[in-house]
Amino acid sequence: MIPYILSRILQSVLVMLCVAMISFSMFTFVGDPVTNLVGIQSTDEQREKVRDSLGLNDPVPVQFTRFIGRVLQLEFGISYQQKRKVSSIIAERLPATLELSLLSAFIALAIGIPAGIFSALHRDSWFSHLFLSLSLVGVSLPTFLIGILLIFVFAVQLHLLPSFGRGEVVQLGFWSTGLLTVSGLKALIMPAITLALFQMTLIMRLVRSEMLEVLRADFIKFARARGLATRTVHFGYALMNTLIPVITITGLQLGSIIAFAIITETVFQWPGVGLMFIQAINEVDIPVMSTYLLLIASFFVIINLVVDLLYYAVDPRLRVGRESRT
Amino acid sequence: MRRAWNSDLAYSFRRSKVTVVAGVITLVYMLSALFAPWIAPHDPYDMASVSVLDSFLPPAWLDGGDSRFLLGTDNVGRDVLSTIIHGSRISLGVGFASVILAATLGVTLGLISGFVGGRLDAVIMRIAEVQLSFPDILIALLIDGVIRSFLGPGTHGNIAFVVVISAISLAYWVQFARTVRATTMVEKGKDYVNAARVAGKNPAYIMFRHLLPNVMGPVLVIATISLALAIVTEATLSFLGVGVPPTQPSLGTLIRVGNDFLFSGEWWITIFPGVALAIMGLSVNLLGDWLRDALNPKLR
Repeated sequence: MIPYILSRILQSVLVMLCVAMISFSMFTFVGDPVTNLVGIQSTDEQREKVRDSLGLNDPVPVQFTRFIGRVLQLEFGISYQQKRKVSSIIAERLPATLELSLLSAFIALAIGIPAGIFSALHRDSWFSHLFLSLSLVGVSLPTFLIGILLIFVFAVQLHLLPSFGRGEVVQLGFWSTGLLTVSGLKALIMPAITLALFQMTLIMRLVRSEMLEVLRADFIKFARARGLATRTVHFGYALMNTLIPVITITGLQLGSIIAFAIITETVFQWPGVGLMFIQAINEVDIPVMSTYLLLIASFFVIINLVVDLLYYAVDPRLRVGRESRT
Repeated sequence: MRRAWNSDLAYSFRRSKVTVVAGVITLVYMLSALFAPWIAPHDPYDMASVSVLDSFLPPAWLDGGDSRFLLGTDNVGRDVLSTIIHGSRISLGVGFASVILAATLGVTLGLISGFVGGRLDAVIMRIAEVQLSFPDILIALLIDGVIRSFLGPGTHGNIAFVVVISAISLAYWVQFARTVRATTMVEKGKDYVNAARVAGKNPAYIMFRHLLPNVMGPVLVIATISLALAIVTEATLSFLGVGVPPTQPSLGTLIRVGNDFLFSGEWWITIFPGVALAIMGLSVNLLGDWLRDALNPKLR
């Protein structure tokens, strides 16, 4: 148990170090940080002074260690474009992304799980066929296209919903929320649905196939043979055994949702961290880019670590053969 | 020919109507991609034949439409149908190139990993495992962004193609490597491999001459599914503005450009390329699904 947890944590730390290395080399080798600070019209002497004061003349490992130290203190430098601290830009934009992502995750679960259960229990009803074909379309359609189609129908044609931005937001301390105003809620509907659709189809298909698998198991046959009510068999026995993998996948999907938010945010011009990243790529704003890289990687590494450890705690079979899980 | 028609694979293909339709559509896309300059009614990138006077014309069946431009024209007067045909060519081209690169990389690493084993195997599979925990599109986007930042601003022309193709293939090699590794580990204990070893063949020869043909089945399935994913990923990157160069637009670029005119009522500039992309992705996906089921002995 302990060695497994330690090696798992070590692996996570290694991954983070790799990402930090990429992020650091972007800082060091892309563009010239000195020019960005003192401008082009400066003498060589001034530049050399700045280089020295920034520690750019030190050996690379020393610089890297210093970089890690700064990152651990949430000190990410200053955006080239906005001339503000990257940490404050992110703090300002993160609530928008998190609100959107959490609502989408909720929608995906609230519709995906019941739809999956239904289509597993009633395999041949037209409703399940409809679900399945819709889910195939949902998987093949790129997220941004779904967003554009929604905008076209509900914003351009019907004028029902706003097509971009967050609407009015209310400031609660450091957290800006769009959940408390009518325009904020209206602005949230389309982005949230766009973002949820892909995850929803994924969860639905997963619940369906897991449930079908479990329904074929011996213990279900046995429960039926004992004469238990169909309801008890389905929801008490089958569903409970289906949910363990579903919970894991949902945990992992939370990371995906935050990642896919990049696309949704660009389509709807939602002022979150994803849109910030795309703008940073186009403007070659290295501090913002590398910070986002670190942020998203740490999200994923932490979520994966927690899910893996939970899984390990919940399912004793895993302690024997870890290779079988993909 | 007759034998091919009567084979199991062809039989299962003929039996599923959806698959036949998807196959025909995919074939049409590929042919029109190959022969785009001859099929497209106009040459959208020949500035001499494009006239701004023809800009923003709606599709031919609507009021104000022009029969010369079946699906209407865009903001500079290009025929939308022709830009779609040329755009599909680029989308498919980038998709194929990425999948071939991803397959080459993945199959090679998978073979080495499965055949050699040991520490090398552990390292390759650990990298694959870490990468699998991130979504493909995110990987492609991050790699794309990082390469771009190293190359400096204004990555244009053919370099942009190289960047996109390498980013997508680096996002999709893992599936190939894992599958090939698993199959290789099963195959390498078999007699023909032992015989080759006893005969003194070197490992590289055994891997590529004896093992490779035996792992090709699953590779084909993954390649087809990856093609659909690669097309969608390329479209997404281009839509976000970090994909193929705007001078040679793919379907994703067309959608991005057309998106600006959605609100002023010129919906056809973005909706038609979108529909073309959706149909392309769906058809290739359906083909991949069918191939997976047809080649899977468990489902027979």
